[in-house]
Order: sequence, then structure tokens, then C-alpha cells
Amino acid sequence: MSKTMIKYPIHTQEILNVNGDEAVAYAVKQSLVDVVSAYPITPQTIIVEKFSEFVADGLVHTQFVPVESEHSAMSACVGAAAAGARAFTATSSQGLALMVEIVYIASGMRLPIVMAVVNRALSAPINIHNDHSDAYLMRDSGWIQLFVENVQESYDTTIQAFKIAEDERVLLPVAVNLDGFFLSHTLENIRILPDEAVADFLGGYRKVARVKVDYYDEEVPHMLNPARPLTFGALDLYDYYFEHKVQQVEAMKNVPAVVREVNEKWQELTGRKYGDGVIETYGMEDAEIAVVAMGSSAGTIRSVIKKYRERGEKIGLVRIRLYRPFPYEDVGKILSNVKVVAVMDKAIGPGSYGALYQDIVSSLYDLSDRPLTVDYVYGLGGRDLTQDMVANMIEQVKEDVRKGRVENKIRYLGVRW
Amino acid sequence: MSAPRGWKELPLGGLAYRLSTDVKTGDWRALKPVVDHNKCTKCMLCWLFCPDMAIVWDGEKIQVNLDYCKGCGICAHECPVKAISMVPEFEEV
Ligand code: SF4
Ligand code: SF4
Repeated sequence: MSKTMIKYPIHTQEILNVNGDEAVAYAVKQSLVDVVSAYPITPQTIIVEKFSEFVADGLVHTQFVPVESEHSAMSACVGAAAAGARAFTATSSQGLALMVEIVYIASGMRLPIVMAVVNRALSAPINIHNDHSDAYLMRDSGWIQLFVENVQESYDTTIQAFKIAEDERVLLPVAVNLDGFFLSHTLENIRILPDEAVADFLGGYRKVARVKVDYYDEEVPHMLNPARPLTFGALDLYDYYFEHKVQQVEAMKNVPAVVREVNEKWQELTGRKYGDGVIETYGMEDAEIAVVAMGSSAGTIRSVIKKYRERGEKIGLVRIRLYRPFPYEDVGKILSNVKVVAVMDKAIGPGSYGALYQDIVSSLYDLSDRPLTVDYVYGLGGRDLTQDMVANMIEQVKEDVRKGRVENKIRYLGVRW
Repeated sequence: MSAPRGWKELPLGGLAYRLSTDVKTGDWRALKPVVDHNKCTKCMLCWLFCPDMAIVWDGEKIQVNLDYCKGCGICAHECPVKAISMVPEFEEV
């Protein structure tokens, strides 16, 4: 067996010292994007600011559309993508809340738009700092949602997102989630590919899928074209709306395989991969205690778990990278032998459990021997997650295992009583 | 009319798979446009502004296809020489 040939070994990749927002802007610059529509909102602003510099300096061929609100930012992307363009925008928090009407339209029309969501808490009260309440807000919108852990992964995943979205088996929009400030404003040295390598990886400019409609003899490109008109987004009542939603659900089923393929291709190119693309695990081979989390906190949690493992304690981390579609079966398999699962939700669901917890419990229900589960809500509005808090959490769930039951199902890390 | 289609038979993303001419939508009109061909200059502005496809050019003059006309009166409003008048639906012309 020959070893995987890495086309651009790490030492040949240029180093860029950037924060997460700049890394995303740089990835978009290399991804041959035709249209970027932009409205600034903290902590996303640096992305569109940086990108507008690329435009001003003539470094990209992209049409830059500054709009008056996020609602228009997504509308411009929908129009551009319907015209066959590769389109990108970025948002956070209230901006996502404002654009959410069009967020559903983008996925309903099967337009492979890519959006960076720089995660930030939703008002009220106003808070510009990080949590996952904005990402949870759009979780049923029919978008693919990926969560990244660091600045390097922000760059890598933004490029991958175009490839995933535009795959003929998928044709759905992708949201790349990166934690506000923790990633968006923190400098990291990252490795970048040459421009041509990114262009090659994406197969050049966007190729538009073909569709069959009754009134044209042959399949026609899925795009607006005055020579061969198509109607996008027309009225669709109880007679077909249901079928169109099922189409989206069926397309979602193809996503994990495509994400895995893209993760592998990325590894062949760059030497970097993130678990299997869908889930990244650490120490799960023999774990009795599992911690499940998403985003940048995974780094903090991993470093604590590392110390526990050095002492011989069987603790592991499951980082969900692909949040929608949620990998229920894989998670069930990975967690089938643990005694307790601590799920970490960076958003609160008043009157319910955290969204990630609900998905994890759904993944476990069909197991014959179910582990105990606890929902740990943490980090709201940018509240810090320290190593001590993680260690404290692990000690609590060890106690639950000893008792064989879980009393408070929802617990908070770092809240004052 | 063919049988209703399943999700696999529908084009991607809710594209209209049939032409809008297949659906006759001009059945909720109270006023209808009547063209005075003596005044009409054949400028085609009514055709341009009609939000449906009710204004047709028959090769000689402007006609109104009431199968698609909603009676909105935009054509009458836009006609620069006031050649179109909106008259009650029940009036014989
Ligand atoms: S009334 Fe309205 S719908 Fe009817 S022909 Fe005039 S513009 Fe068209
Ligand atoms: S707008 Fe008036 S003048 Fe022009 S074509 Fe129509 S009816 Fe005739």
C-alpha cells in the first residue's frame, strides 16, 4: 500500500498570520466567488471589511454588493445564486435573525450559497459576545451547518463549504460557524494553499446543475436566463409544498458522505483533516465518560481530558463538526459503550433542553444499554469556559456514575446563583 | 390534467415545471380593460406594464386576453393616450 500523497506538504504551504475573520475572507478570495453581498455586524465585520479591501485593490473579480440590511444581504445572494453565481455572505446574531426569512428561501430554492456565521448571542439583553444561540435559531432552515474549532479550520472549512454546497448530490446552502471573538478576533498562524490549488480543488468556477421542466425538450441549467426562462420561488400550496420539503430532506441524507469525501480530498491536498469530517473524537476508543461539544471550546476541553488520560482515566471528547444534518447513527455508535455523556450546549432553550443535548439523547434512545446523560449549559454571552470548570464538570459526572443516576439534568457552568 | 407528481418527479427547488399559461387566473375581476383602437398608438406600454400576460399583440392591434386579466387597471393607468378604460365586468362592450 502506498502512503497518501500529500500534494502540498505543510512546509510548502505559506504561513499567514490572521484572525478567524481574515482567514474566512482569504478563503473566499481564493474560492473564485462571483458575488459577495455584505452588511457589517460584530463580530463578523472584519470578514466583509477585509474582503472589500481585496475588491478595492483589484485582487478579485468578485461583484461586491454592499446592502442596507442582512435581509437584503441574503436576498442578493439568492438572486446571484439563482443567476448561476457562486455567492457568499457573512453574518452574526441579530443579523442572522433579520435575514432568516430569506435563509429559508435560499435552501428551499436549493441554491448553494455559503455563509460564515460568526456566532454571537441573541438579544435581549444586547450582547456582542459568543454563544451558539444564532446557529440554533437557523437549525431547521434546511442549511448545512458546520462548526469549526480554530482559525486554521475556519480557512479550510470555508473552501470546503463551496465544494459541499455545489455537489450535485447536495445543492444546499452551507453555514460555516465560527465562535465570535474567540476565533474571529484571535490571531493564529495558519497554512494556506496557493490560489491555483484552491481553484483546482473547487474545479474552477461554479458549475450549475441541470433540471428538467415540462416545457423544454432537454435538461436546462438551473439558473435564470432570459433565453430560456425559468420561474424560481413561485406559489406552491398544499398540492406540492410537502413534496418539495421532502426533496430537501432527501438531499440532506447525501450530505455526510459528501462531507467525508471532501475531508479526505482536503487531507490528500494539505495533510489536514478533521476527524472524518463529520465528527472528531479524542480518546473515545475506551472512554467511559464522554464529553460532547462544538466549536472552539473543544480545544479547552481536550486539554483537560488530556490531563485526565495521562492519569489513566477513561475520558473522551466527541466534537460534532457537522451539526446539520445531525449524524445520529454515528453518534449512537461512538457513545454506545460509555457510562455517562456530558453534552455541552452553548445556548439555552428556555422551557426545554439545549438543542445539542436533544440531538444527543435522540442518538442514544435506540441503544439497548443507554448511558446517563447531562446537559451542561455554558459560555452564554461570551462567559469564559475555564479548564477548572471542565474538570469540575467531569468530577460531577463521575459522581453521577457512582450513584448510577442523574439528578439535575440541566446544569450550568459558570453561572452565579 | 396529469396525475399529481411525487417528490422525485418535481424539478429542483420548487421551479415551476409547467408554464404559467397553463393556469388561467383571470377569474376574480370586477373591472375589465377595453381598448379604444382609434386612440391607440400601438406604443406597447400596456403590454410592458401588465403584471400578467393579459395584453397580447395579434399582429395588427392590442388585444386583451381575459383568461389572465386581474382587472388591476395598470394598463389603463399607464396608457399615455388614455386609450384603455376600465369598465364593469358585466357590461357588454
Ligand atoms: S387590467 Fe391589469 S391584468 Fe388586466 S390587462 Fe390591464 S394591466 Fe393586465
Ligand atoms: S399603452 Fe395605450 S396607446 Fe400604448 S399600446 Fe397600449 S393601449 Fe395602445
